[in-house]
Amino acid sequence: MIHFLIHDTSDNVGVVVVDVAPGADCVGRNLSNNAALKAHSEEAIPLGHKIALRDFAVGDTAIKYGCEIGTIVQAVKAGHHVHTHNLKTKRWA
Amino acid sequence: MAKRKILGYRRENGRVGVRNHVIILPVDDISNAACEAVANNIKGALALPHAYGRLQFGEDLDLFFRTMIGTGSNPNVAAVVVIGIEQGWTQRIVDGIAKTGKPVKGFSIEGKGDLQTIADASRQAKEYVQWATELQRTECDLHELYISVKCGESDTTTGLASCPTVGNVIDKHCADGGTASFGETSELTGAEHIVASKAADDKVRKEFFAAFEDYTKLVFNQKKDDLSESQPTKGNIAGGLSTIEEKALGNVEKLGKQTKFVGCLPPAVAPSKAGLWFMDTSSAAAEAVTLWAASGAVIHLFPTGQGNVVGNPIEPVIKLSGNPKTVATMKEHIDLDVSPILQGEMTIEQAGDALLDMIVRTANGRFTAAEALGHREFVMTKLYRSA
Repeated sequence: MIHFLIHDTSDNVGVVVVDVAPGADCVGRNLSNNAALKAHSEEAIPLGHKIALRDFAVGDTAIKYGCEIGTIVQAVKAGHHVHTHNLKTKRWA
Repeated sequence: MAKRKILGYRRENGRVGVRNHVIILPVDDISNAACEAVANNIKGALALPHAYGRLQFGEDLDLFFRTMIGTGSNPNVAAVVVIGIEQGWTQRIVDGIAKTGKPVKGFSIEGKGDLQTIADASRQAKEYVQWATELQRTECDLHELYISVKCGESDTTTGLASCPTVGNVIDKHCADGGTASFGETSELTGAEHIVASKAADDKVRKEFFAAFEDYTKLVFNQKKDDLSESQPTKGNIAGGLSTIEEKALGNVEKLGKQTKFVGCLPPAVAPSKAGLWFMDTSSAAAEAVTLWAASGAVIHLFPTGQGNVVGNPIEPVIKLSGNPKTVATMKEHIDLDVSPILQGEMTIEQAGDALLDMIVRTANGRFTAAEALGHREFVMTKLYRSA
């Protein structure tokens, strides 16, 4: 089973494609080259939501599709949920 | 692969439609009641009530007339009865639609009242319905269909599965000589560089940026916060989308991999040649689909993640979803399930072919989920307050 996908090799967040429980060893796939990936979830992440693939500090940029999708506004550790509580738009700020 | 054929209605001007509606079109809000009465009298006639048409002016009035005339001119419409409060604007819409060569007649209420107008218009509508129901479908090429694309209640699965599926169809349809249109101007924010890279030439790129920057100005002039919960919507956020940039990057997957867009259209303007076109539209589903229907699009492809249920009275809206939860919980709204893409059990190429098959079935007469459920959202884009 695939737990998460990334669009581009430079992505630092993945999309979970099943509901992920805390403490799960997750199998991922890079859609740009079909490479296998691994991650470990630190909290519950619902289908369609993003998992941090590395640690982020405030002010870091989240990358998806190889492009900027916003600024991290609250520190995030790898394996945690990345969403509106810690990620904000750069464009309509 | 052999070129796909469909059974469509070839109209007087040569354009191909996939539905055969007789519509009762109100010029203004106060003529809705008469139009609905006519549609109630005459089975098979369809009233298109809306909220506007009085005291509009300038560019907003131009867009209003384009939308009304374009809706009546759409190849999915066989014949039109137009009803307005007064004769002048009623006739202007009748004359615009008549350029297609299709049957159209106007009725105005002042000096007669609703009841006499309804009686006269009903007699005309009955003749149109009996004439239209004898028209036969004929074999046409799939690429003769003008297709519009826009997603709604998107989530991250939209960018992973349903939007790339539409992109695959856009590549195939446009390579075959078909016409298509995308839009959602504000919802390209964060992916505008990708859209710009797909412009056929510098002139088209410049026109796109002009429309994009104009919409961006509107957002910045009116906004009170970062628009979170409006754009992205609460539904988008529930589905995992965090920012407009993330939403836009999924959105532009619908543009395909190879196709360049050949021009930029103001809202509700028909493409002048084959190929992919950008149209400057709102990102709200019913408003945008209404504009595309008014530009002559006959089938709309609508990827959804969380389950937008929109339809249109004259342009069938085909819904596809890559979210397995939505496909299960909102089954009656989804025409095509592409969720196996998420587990690698379906390729984008296979999903694109499945969507082409669904387009053919829909063109041949199969009701979309939105048609079967009675979704007929006809929503005019209003640019500013009336005079």
